[in-house]
Amino acid sequence: MARRVTARRIWVSTAAAWLFGFLIFLPILWMVLTSFKTELEAFSMPPKFLLFHWTTENYVTVQERSDYLHHAVNSLLIAGGSTLIAMIIAIPAAWSMAFAPTQRTKDILLWMLSTKMMPSVGVLVPIYLIFRDFGLLDRRAGLVMILCLGNLPIVIWMLFTYFKEIPKDILEAARMDGATIGRELVYVLTPMAVPGLASTLLLNFILAWNEAFWTLNLSTSDAAPLTVFIASYSSPEGLFWAKLSAASTLAIAPIIILGWFTQRQLVRGLTFGAVK
Amino acid sequence: MATQQTQVLGRALLTPAVALLFIWMIVPLVMTIYFSTLHYSLLDAEAWRFVGLENFRYFLTDPAFLTALRNTLVLVGSVLAITILLGTPLALLLDQQVVGRSIVRLMVIAPFFVMPTVSALVWKNLLMHPVSGLFAWIATLVGATPIDWFNDAPLLAVILIVAWQWLPFATLILLTALQSQDEEQKEAAEMDGASALSTFIYLTLPHLARPITVVILIETIFLLTVFAEIFVTTGGGPGLQTTNIAFLIYSQALIQYDVGNASAGGLVAVVIANIVAFFLVRIVGRNLEA
Repeated sequence: MARRVTARRIWVSTAAAWLFGFLIFLPILWMVLTSFKTELEAFSMPPKFLLFHWTTENYVTVQERSDYLHHAVNSLLIAGGSTLIAMIIAIPAAWSMAFAPTQRTKDILLWMLSTKMMPSVGVLVPIYLIFRDFGLLDRRAGLVMILCLGNLPIVIWMLFTYFKEIPKDILEAARMDGATIGRELVYVLTPMAVPGLASTLLLNFILAWNEAFWTLNLSTSDAAPLTVFIASYSSPEGLFWAKLSAASTLAIAPIIILGWFTQRQLVRGLTFGAVK
Repeated sequence: MATQQTQVLGRALLTPAVALLFIWMIVPLVMTIYFSTLHYSLLDAEAWRFVGLENFRYFLTDPAFLTALRNTLVLVGSVLAITILLGTPLALLLDQQVVGRSIVRLMVIAPFFVMPTVSALVWKNLLMHPVSGLFAWIATLVGATPIDWFNDAPLLAVILIVAWQWLPFATLILLTALQSQDEEQKEAAEMDGASALSTFIYLTLPHLARPITVVILIETIFLLTVFAEIFVTTGGGPGLQTTNIAFLIYSQALIQYDVGNASAGGLVAVVIANIVAFFLVRIVGRNLEA
């Protein structure tokens, strides 16, 4: 039975929701608009909303003067590499806990969760010194390692909750028919797990792409991903708003688009099954 | 079903992950504990010596620590209040019949995916600049004096930026919880003549209690260590006005190169985070079927 909702009520909630949504989105919209202005118009008062001289010169300048692409590639390699390695370590672990649980499985899961709650800043000193002594400062490999370990608990947790949803009966049926564990894994489990694997991959890629504690502290130029590159715009005040906006737009656009596909998984991945 | 063979295989598959996480957790922690008992400066690395609990005494009685602790609490408390007080009505709104709801939801969620350095710099320059920012223009439109955010109310400015980043998270979780609420129960209440307000107070609010608790705990874990937003906008200043515990430890470690003191501070941060984590892990554990 559908609830009776008057047309007036729909109209009111629609107007309110759009207003709220627009206000929340405004900073991003304003940034994108500014990226197409000249530096002079970006700074002009009163601000120009749509009637300005549209230009793409900022995007060209950002690439030519500061080698945007180099940092974008770093972001891609660091976020992609750390996520892939985390998946390789996490898939067997999650499989094991979901399909061959022991009495200690629950404790292990909760312990893994608790490692995620260790504040990064608490171990900044030793990590920094280890990185310095092993020559890992400003190296992509070092960041891949740190971000991989940092996100590993979330990856395992997400995969675990997805694997748990796969009905065990199907696995048992496969076993009855004489499938080995290897075959079971390849022909039965993997196809059913693909959606879960994909969203885990996506969400953790996003988290790693946006990570801004270790990247800011452990890289400066060669290995610097976009988070650090954007931070370099913080020193000169004022004059580079349009370029800052262009660089920022480039840095967040792909992630926002990916993020919109993972809204549902966001809740699952960040609440550890505590909200359903 | 779990045969002995599966058991052995299961353990073998689990071991690498457990071992890695164990090393990742224990090695830096032990090193931090060790460093925290030393007088050890990177500027004069030869002159290190054992000083016992001296660093803790120094860190905890340092006026900067008390300021940083207060800033941390204000930041966490304010952002929690803003995200929940705005997130709840927003989630209720998005749970209604709204034309174009999916588009509105995309707009609301977007800030969560913006990297911290971008949101901080866009807010600081494009919105909060006292002369050419969008807020300054709005202020002059209504005849008010524009606020010089980062000089007159720097901590509030940081709070607003961080709240904007976390509002989507609170909204999305509360919305997910609302959508799992029993519709028939609400209908029954309406048919019995319950007003919208009492339906909200007696049915919806109790249903939201748990997700709100979860939002509070998870946000707290992340908000205790807000760093990038402060790093790119204020550098902890002016003075110590926007220095939180995380930023204080960072500046002792990588600006003053005082390893011993920063390590003691790091352990204090670990203890504070663990108090929150304790409650979160308990809530998650109650919900977990393994």
